[in-house]
Amino acid sequence: MTHIPNELLALKSSVFEMWNLVINQLIKSRYSLEHFDKDLVNEITSNEKRVDAFELKINMDCENILALYSPVANDLRFVLSVLKTNYNLERVGDYAYNIACLVRDLEHPMDQECMDEMGIKEMYSTALKMLTNTLSAFEKEDSQLAREVFRKDELLDQIKMRSNKVAADLIKRKPDEAIGILSLLSVIRKLERVGDQTKNMAEELVFYMEAQVLRHARKKS
Amino acid sequence: MSDHKVEVKNLDLYYDDFHALKNINFTAEAKTVSAFIGPSGCGKSSLLRMFNRMNDLIDGTRFTGEVFVDGQDIYAKNIDVDELRKSVGMVFQKPNPFPKTIFENVAYGLRVNGIKDKHFIEKKVTEAIKQAALWDEVKDKLKKSAMELSGGQQQRLCIARALAVEPALILMDEPASALDPISTGKIEDLIFELKNQYSIIIVTHNLQQAGRISDFTAFFYMGELVEWDKTKTIFTNPTDIRTQNYITGRFG
Repeated sequence: MTHIPNELLALKSSVFEMWNLVINQLIKSRYSLEHFDKDLVNEITSNEKRVDAFELKINMDCENILALYSPVANDLRFVLSVLKTNYNLERVGDYAYNIACLVRDLEHPMDQECMDEMGIKEMYSTALKMLTNTLSAFEKEDSQLAREVFRKDELLDQIKMRSNKVAADLIKRKPDEAIGILSLLSVIRKLERVGDQTKNMAEELVFYMEAQVLRHARKKS
Repeated sequence: MSDHKVEVKNLDLYYDDFHALKNINFTAEAKTVSAFIGPSGCGKSSLLRMFNRMNDLIDGTRFTGEVFVDGQDIYAKNIDVDELRKSVGMVFQKPNPFPKTIFENVAYGLRVNGIKDKHFIEKKVTEAIKQAALWDEVKDKLKKSAMELSGGQQQRLCIARALAVEPALILMDEPASALDPISTGKIEDLIFELKNQYSIIIVTHNLQQAGRISDFTAFFYMGELVEWDKTKTIFTNPTDIRTQNYITGRFG
């Protein structure tokens, strides 16, 4: 047995840890938004530095594996897919942090009715499910599970597509909530991007396991 | 003249009772570099030696099947083995220059072939040494012993010796395994240049080298040709799990 399987296992374990951290960041951003919890915002801010540190570490690990072990075939695809997934995860971490920053700047709690009508809860649930499903696919090396994520992303796109109209109606009905509603629009855009990044990660998993490039191609579950 | 430089059909090779090659079939196109990879004893060197009939020299060797070089069945009864070996050059793992001058090493094949014209020999020797990317290093010492050259230079001299008789096919059995990275780089550059004119088959244990220089790669395991494909495919997405396990270092 050569060293490379151990190196790849260690790399996988780092990605797994980062992935869980990012999921937690997103869960906390949701809680802070729904409960106007500014203490949690501070926690998210300090964890954001950990996400960044993970990104740098994983990048360096990939660079070392490429330089020292010259991986080929499925090993090479794994390292290449981790390089991209690492970037995607860091972006998801950024979105969670950006949402926390929005909460930090709010003067009063979000109006629950606005949140419901704009589909914030549904978006969060879907985005988190996508992230955990993809993590599961990564852990079990199950490309079919990864493919299931593509359909879920469509729901996020739909909510985002109708969000401008919903926001405009809400502002007419609740002009005092205008600032909050505009913030929620921003949250929707970020959650929609979380979906896109997760979809990219699922594509990378399919590339690693099936040697098939899905990017820019029609997705099939 | 065939379009295909090397073709092997239903080849089985035995050393006494040992079944060394099992039903090998493949075609290497003209002017390409093909790499043979696989663990020790898998049969890759045995197959290489089929192309210049070097296995004929080993007692107890027998085979069934056909081997074509340039469209010609090289085991047909009317084949002159000496003529065949003129058209199939071979470079070995360890540089093996003759204890002669640099010039005479390269001229040797021409003289053996009965060429006496001094000017012609001089022209061919110069061309071959230039082609082997050795000229700048030896042009002022052509009359000195080849044994004075470094290992990398000796190996390029052996390649020049093979090129001088203008072979159709060049066989290389781990040509850079005894060389340092700089000399290895020069041999690899040379192989890359030579494929414009010659077909090359190289046996190598250095997988990265196979990846760098070959157009096609064959993976052998226990006498079987497991997979034969474009090198890019073999090293990115091999079909057979045994190939994947071997190139990723999981066994062998």
